[in-house]
Amino acid sequence: MGGRPDLRPDPELLLRQVMAEERATVRERLKIFLGYASGVGKTMRMLEEARRRQDRGEDVVIAAVQPKLGTEAAALLGRFEVIPLRAVPGGEVLDVDAILARRPGVCFIDGVAYDNPPGSRHAARWQDVEELVEHGITLVTSLNIQHIEEERERTERITGKRVLQTVPKRFVTQADEIVVVDVPSDMLLQRSGEHADPDRARRMGELREMTLLLAAEVVDRQLEEALHAQGADPVWSAHERILVCLTPHANAGRMLASGKRNADRFRGDLLVAYVEQPGLSPEAQTRLQNGLREAQALGAAVEVLAGEDPIDTILQFARANRITQIFVGHSLRETLWRRWIGGPLDRLIRGAEGMDVRIFPH
Amino acid sequence: MSAYSHTDALRPERGKLKIYLGYAAGVGKTYQMLDEGQALTRSGHEVVIGYFEPHGRKDTIAKTEGIELIPRRIIEYRGSTFEEMDVPSILARRPEICLVDELPHTNVPGAERVKRWEDVIALLEAGIDVFSTVNVQHLESLNDQVLQITGVRVRETVPDWVLRQAEEVVMVDVTPRALLNRLQRGVVYPSDKARRAMDFFFKESTLVALRELALRETAHEVNVRVVDMAPRLQRASSAAVGGERLLVFVTESAGAEALVRRARRVADYLGAECYAVYVRAGEQVERAVALARRLQIETRELEADDRALALVEFARNHQVTHLFVARPRYTGLRWLIGRNLVHRIVRMAKEIEVIVVAGRSAPGG
Repeated sequence: MGGRPDLRPDPELLLRQVMAEERATVRERLKIFLGYASGVGKTMRMLEEARRRQDRGEDVVIAAVQPKLGTEAAALLGRFEVIPLRAVPGGEVLDVDAILARRPGVCFIDGVAYDNPPGSRHAARWQDVEELVEHGITLVTSLNIQHIEEERERTERITGKRVLQTVPKRFVTQADEIVVVDVPSDMLLQRSGEHADPDRARRMGELREMTLLLAAEVVDRQLEEALHAQGADPVWSAHERILVCLTPHANAGRMLASGKRNADRFRGDLLVAYVEQPGLSPEAQTRLQNGLREAQALGAAVEVLAGEDPIDTILQFARANRITQIFVGHSLRETLWRRWIGGPLDRLIRGAEGMDVRIFPH
Repeated sequence: MSAYSHTDALRPERGKLKIYLGYAAGVGKTYQMLDEGQALTRSGHEVVIGYFEPHGRKDTIAKTEGIELIPRRIIEYRGSTFEEMDVPSILARRPEICLVDELPHTNVPGAERVKRWEDVIALLEAGIDVFSTVNVQHLESLNDQVLQITGVRVRETVPDWVLRQAEEVVMVDVTPRALLNRLQRGVVYPSDKARRAMDFFFKESTLVALRELALRETAHEVNVRVVDMAPRLQRASSAAVGGERLLVFVTESAGAEALVRRARRVADYLGAECYAVYVRAGEQVERAVALARRLQIETRELEADDRALALVEFARNHQVTHLFVARPRYTGLRWLIGRNLVHRIVRMAKEIEVIVVAGRSAPGG
């Protein structure tokens, strides 16, 4: 059957396993509630979590709240010890020293995307948070998608509003936990008493989709870590991963266009691989290079693979990369004999367990 | 409220559906649904609970306070009694909004309809807004992927088009670790049931995978609605542009149902039309064709001696762009036959993309 030929422990796999274990023990510390706009309910979700943790006997401290609180939130806040923000020339900052001295079991900071006034310990609040986390304090904080630096251009285009204070995306993707606070956009507009015109609802929807997909990306990384920590090596993926296999004769343009469209629609990944072949004619070489260049231009991850048997090489790569769909070219000039004994296409279909095979004749 | 002004002669305006999507029992779908029900009750809306599964959870039960509850009705079946949602009473009561837990539930024989989602559609047609809950693993088109991930074949499914009818799909998110904590403390299930559940479905990696599926599914549902709202000129990169048309070739094979589900899913993501043709054969074809119809795929019988030829001709005549076929079984002579069928289709199909759909099986299976 389709058993793995190579059963030695893969050093890279071992390394990832160790890293995942380390992360589980060392950085079990930062949790972010992520929303797509203000008013989605991050503050309430945080305060409810604070209440639950307090009820379970955890030592809870609140170190920052939003300036305007709803009545429900304000009522809840009264239950907790609060370390107030410290007034400094030019604004307010987290009182990092006071929090470090107090050493709470868990510290809640509602809103992390703030720049500190010049002359502060750190330029931005997320750096204060990182310092606290490094000192072993468990932190729960909140953030909206607009305030992630790498997403800013897109969100500004959607909302038409400039965003000045941001955190780097890695702050979010490297957090131990991320929770999406989701609410339908019409409800959000209603809640905030705004007019729910279709254009606004649509723009909110775009932000919402971005937020959900960012969370999915973080969760996918966690999935890989959880599987590695467990020593499992699955062939499936929770999202679509498309592998386009190029050869000099394949109809690269058509395969790549289809691969790109499917990857885009599924919000999945596009990978392109070529298995090195000796003795290519100059024309074939050129065709191949053009195809690979086109793949790169589309933003695909391009891999040149080496292996004795192209089909085995492709299949091994596909399994290791949790591919869900393989796109291959197929020559229509196959001999009858080849068809009878089974050509490469048959071997690929046979070996591609758990993967769809999409065939492009040439 | 407004619903009262409708007479029977005048069909009421269809109610709106809102779905709370989660990835496991205990993520807080029911809690969030009830929370919103309470808020709407307080602001003067007429909300009733049509069906609610308490699972002995204190926090959730507290959230029903102040919302009118329509008692379940008792249905007797084979000497036992079962409790189901009392659809006739809800229809007679005609509330503005009805909360209905657990959309994929199968009713006991003797109820008017087989599935709770069918009950929900009846409520919507009567002009009642419905809020309901479902986990991502109950979506029909994900059934094989869920089997791959969890090793469990989920039996109670909801066709994807039911979700598509919803005005809004909301993701109810919680971290798997928090969920496992809840489970261990017996918040979600009583403890012995919890232990059994934790053995497979509630493994952390399984929960993380299901959570990713749920996030992506919700993102997709949001995207579809955003595209619908966009002015036509701005739809350039959207699904509808492709003009793609999918055709599923249903043959007698163990993977026939998986084939139908996969094609449905791809069609939905591409925004493409989806058809199926079949050659009358045995039980597997019958089942797959019935499934296709439930998933709103138009099916046509193909009568021909040369199946590959007839299929490709049909595809050409109907401007099909993608052909979905099952992976041949690779044992003995059947592999040869299946393989030749795929080859002949590929040779004749030329500019039509042929997709050999994988069998997706349980881990290690």
